[in-house]
Amino acid sequence: MVKDKPVSQQQRARVQAGPSDDGLGPNTDIGSRLRALYGSVQDEGVPDQLLDLLEKLDSAEAAQKSNTGAQNGQ
Amino acid sequence: MVSEATDVQAPSFKREMLATLPSLRAFAVSLTGKHDKADDLVQDTVMKAWAKQTSFEMGTNIKAWLFTILRNEFYSQMRKRGREVQDSDGAFTERLSVHPPQYGAMDMIDFKAALSKLPDDQREAVILIGASGFSYEDAAAICNCAVGTMKSRVSRARIRLQDLLKVSGEADYGPDAVSTQVTTQTLSIGQGR
Repeated sequence: MVKDKPVSQQQRARVQAGPSDDGLGPNTDIGSRLRALYGSVQDEGVPDQLLDLLEKLDSAEAAQKSNTGAQNGQ
Repeated sequence: MVSEATDVQAPSFKREMLATLPSLRAFAVSLTGKHDKADDLVQDTVMKAWAKQTSFEMGTNIKAWLFTILRNEFYSQMRKRGREVQDSDGAFTERLSVHPPQYGAMDMIDFKAALSKLPDDQREAVILIGASGFSYEDAAAICNCAVGTMKSRVSRARIRLQDLLKVSGEADYGPDAVSTQVTTQTLSIGQGR
């Protein structure tokens, strides 16, 4: 199942090359074609329905929290 | 009792999730082969992840965490629905809406065809390492396999791809580039049914 492994958080770079010895590095044909293909999907952006879903989840949670807070508050 | 830490973490969890969505979606497309199914899968993943966000520790790798949830969700849906989910043969078989500018259309069609010939585990491995940018350790954790297994999948995938691309690069099976392109497209449409 899901592992909550503490891993350093520097996956920020959109597209990062794998280790150079696996034939998928920045100067390899296969590596750069893979990243071009993957990148072309990434560049499509995120559909609105997904962004809406996140907003809904977020505001539902905020509403629930303020409810709980009101009940708990003396 | 509502903990203070949760209140502070919540907006940031959402932000981190947003930042990961484009890559998560690209991985979903590589698994399902279809954009509409990929978007459904990402949506299911977002809801699952949101429901279990308390089990996520801020500061750890949210990208690997979300990829793990998405992959588990994909395979569990596949088991439930049988082949229906996976008909597409995976791997970007649909036409791309944004074409990578640095490659010709033929290059990418050949490459997609080669990618779709890989066994699922090898295709997944080469995408996680080569395109999503994961370390072998993270990719192995996402796929629930040993690091050595991940390395050997990537290495076999690379050798197979090099092999396939060399063959198709010689264009010895079609009279000209145009008919080769048509054939390849027909093939990937056929696989998409």
